[in-house]
Amino acid sequence: MKINDVILRTISRIVVFIILTFGVYLFLSGHNTPGGGFIGGLVLASAIILLYLSTDLETVQKSLPLDFKYVAALGVFLATSTGFGSIIFGVPFMSQTFAYFDLPIFGVTELTTVTIFEAGVALTVVGVLVTIIFSISEDGG
Amino acid sequence: MFSINLVILIPFIVAALLPFSFRRFKKNHLGWFVLIVPTVLFVLLARLIPSVADGKTYIHTYEWIPTLDFNFTTYLDGLSMIFALLITGVGSLVILYSIFYLSSKESLQHFYCYLLLFMGAMLGVVFSDNLMVLYVFWELTSVSSFLLIAFWNHRQGSRQGAQKAMLITVSGGIAMLVGFIMLHTMTGSFSIREIIASVSEISDHALFLPAMILILLGAFTKSAQFPFHIWLPDAMEAPTPVSAYLHSATMVKAGIYLVARFTPVFGADEVWFWVVSIVGMITLFWGSFNAVRQTDLKALLAFSTVSQLGLIMSLLGLGSIALQFGYSADSVLYTQATFAALFHLINHSTFKGALFMVVGILDHELGTRDIRRLGGLMALMPFTFTVALIGSLSMAGLPPFNGFLSKEMFFAATVHIMEVDIFSLTSFGIIFPVVAWIASVLTFVYCMIIVFKVFLGKPQPEKLDKPIHEAPIGMLISPMILGALVVGIFFFPNLLGQYILQPAMGSIYPTFGDSAYLTPKISAWHGVKPELLMTIGVIIIGALLYKYLKLWKPFVYGFFPSIFTFNSLYNNLLASSVRNSNIVTNRYMNGLLRHYLVYIFVFFIVTVGSYLLYSRAFSFDISTNASFRVYEVCLVAIMAAAAVSMLFAKSRITATLLNGVLGYSIAIFFVLFRAPDLALTQLVVESVTTALFLLAFSHLPDWKKENLQTRTKLINGIVSVAVGLIVVLIGLSVVDFNQFDSISSYFEDAYELAGGANIVNAILGDFRGFDTMLEVVVLFIAGLGVYSMIKLRTKKEDENIEDQ
Repeated sequence: MKINDVILRTISRIVVFIILTFGVYLFLSGHNTPGGGFIGGLVLASAIILLYLSTDLETVQKSLPLDFKYVAALGVFLATSTGFGSIIFGVPFMSQTFAYFDLPIFGVTELTTVTIFEAGVALTVVGVLVTIIFSISEDGG
Repeated sequence: MFSINLVILIPFIVAALLPFSFRRFKKNHLGWFVLIVPTVLFVLLARLIPSVADGKTYIHTYEWIPTLDFNFTTYLDGLSMIFALLITGVGSLVILYSIFYLSSKESLQHFYCYLLLFMGAMLGVVFSDNLMVLYVFWELTSVSSFLLIAFWNHRQGSRQGAQKAMLITVSGGIAMLVGFIMLHTMTGSFSIREIIASVSEISDHALFLPAMILILLGAFTKSAQFPFHIWLPDAMEAPTPVSAYLHSATMVKAGIYLVARFTPVFGADEVWFWVVSIVGMITLFWGSFNAVRQTDLKALLAFSTVSQLGLIMSLLGLGSIALQFGYSADSVLYTQATFAALFHLINHSTFKGALFMVVGILDHELGTRDIRRLGGLMALMPFTFTVALIGSLSMAGLPPFNGFLSKEMFFAATVHIMEVDIFSLTSFGIIFPVVAWIASVLTFVYCMIIVFKVFLGKPQPEKLDKPIHEAPIGMLISPMILGALVVGIFFFPNLLGQYILQPAMGSIYPTFGDSAYLTPKISAWHGVKPELLMTIGVIIIGALLYKYLKLWKPFVYGFFPSIFTFNSLYNNLLASSVRNSNIVTNRYMNGLLRHYLVYIFVFFIVTVGSYLLYSRAFSFDISTNASFRVYEVCLVAIMAAAAVSMLFAKSRITATLLNGVLGYSIAIFFVLFRAPDLALTQLVVESVTTALFLLAFSHLPDWKKENLQTRTKLINGIVSVAVGLIVVLIGLSVVDFNQFDSISSYFEDAYELAGGANIVNAILGDFRGFDTMLEVVVLFIAGLGVYSMIKLRTKKEDENIEDQ
């Protein structure tokens, strides 16, 4: 599928970065305001899909040389390993914890294990969505 | 701190690292690296032998899901020590052997990954105290065995053997799981120790017998007991190191372990005594009977393993009778059967492991393991011959090898059981020594076949593809160590008895006090007793039978037509279940999407609608609802218009876009009702699905007008109206539904509990994190499913590579 729509391509090149940034923002802000791993992952995936729709598969694979199956697998690994990680510390499976740290630039920041878990969720969503869409479109030729 | 939990986890961790690290070991064989794991574990465990022999046990608990009573509790006592030493000890030898058996061209990282997976799972089985954790490890051994049998998966036989083993052992495992849950219902605990402690309260429970039978099913399928033994000969398609390790020394003994472990729970029951000992006896006879007719050496060893497992099983059954009498001087005599079982368990692992490795050497060096093509190897392969001789004579029960000692104890146990004055054993008990003796004669015959037909007689180099030569030294080390053990145990049996077997006896008979009284002194010569006469009889009759093998073999084995075997029963069952489920499935899966949707919606209408009607949940009062705002009315009008016009859409793209209108309108609703999370999600999901639709267009057939019958249209109409009505009614009723307390109060203090002000995410990531984790896994599996269905399907022009 090769589209030669100059306007779409020019705009989407810029918009993709905005969406990607927004996705990261949503992911990080999810703890206290709307957002989170699932939405963050969805938005990141939609940016990649937009890039694909406006250009073609080779361009996307050149600019993002990732195998999204592995991205998804990494996500599942992160999400499950945080569950098992809590066992190592002697607390029940899937216990999450949080603490407040005073970091140099960010000031008082809350660091929590949920972030790792949510990162796993986000990566899985991105990986699975992009894998499905790429494999369907590649198949169509 | 060194804990047993770590012993279980180390093989898994190394197995997980192998795929990443194997490239570093390209120059050397990967096996050298893997060999470290079982060796280290063996040494670690062996250091604990003295303290375990003093009666010390090690318990360690990691809480896993305490609310469900699932804890990762490990328990090291005498019984688990025996098995753990076998798993790690034989494991080390087998890995050492496999380094020379498998060439570096094979996909070694897979082989060793599966092997370590198995090792960890097997250690988990013998160390777990929690039944649920034990079950997980139990099934993991089946899975890793499946992977290892199918290691050469280009062969049809390997795949079928793997499937057979998997189906039989896993069905047994599920039966066992049901039995475990019954035990939990009776005792309220998943811990084996606690169940054993509360055994007196449950023996009259209605579920006691079903639980026992189900757990025995699990044990019998795993340990290849009659009539489930049929998977073991087919599992011989695996590489020989795997056969030596899984299918003779360790995995098939998991069932033995389970029976031994549950003897304190169920052993005092008459049914247990009869089922375990009779099934064991039948297996013992049937295995040895079938072993004699085999021409493939590995198949011969497989049936002989079946037979020996039956022997151990029946001894455990006979030993359980001691629990009838409580602790007394009499009952100690009967516990000797259990002692013999444990002793033979170890002996069997040594001589059978050695024999499997010998057969592997023959297969590897000469390219065949067919008895008819072999002969006269003694002079040309002296070391291999020595090991084979030691293993065979030990299996046949001759001195000076360890098999003689345990075989004598087995005979003694069967003779003693005749004198017991319960369960009408004085009249029926005679079958035990008779069956034992006949099976031992047959065992003697097939052991002679191994020695005489393969190693003595005339060499037949013209029937072999390769010249006869001795194996490399590396392949001989492991079988020689095992052979040395066979002889060593004969001369120093009491060392083993005192340090290894005695604490295990204490685990099986916890109520019998000091286990030192349960440990008989093993001696090779104990006067002229029935067991010695039985052994002499075995040798004489066995030798005669072997000499005239040609005369009776065709006659006896031609007697049973092959269609009446359990194998054909299994094959027919499998084929007919495939055929019938095809018929049933094709009846409703007819490829019409409309039908599928009707099934789904009718199911929804019937179950949800009728349940809610039945429970009187449909009650609502719209007078208390908030009044409509003008935007909401507009949005509803837009959505209704979009939905209705979708019915009249002429092209697919119009319909997709109208569907998108519906989705975005819902997102706007979420905004209006102040649910920004949902609105965001809905917006992005809608965009992505629309993109997906566009991509899928090229695969879809042309959009054409369908001319449906009036009846079909009527059904469609009724179904759609009914679904819509129910959804609306549910929506209205939810507001006034007050039969359960609201759970939202649990989540209100999310900021204090989870440190997050966003309740939605605190629920997703923390309060209900378990759900989210599994959802992520499901999503991943679905993604892989889509990927593999699209990418990996056979192209039309590809040839069928299934059956080579």
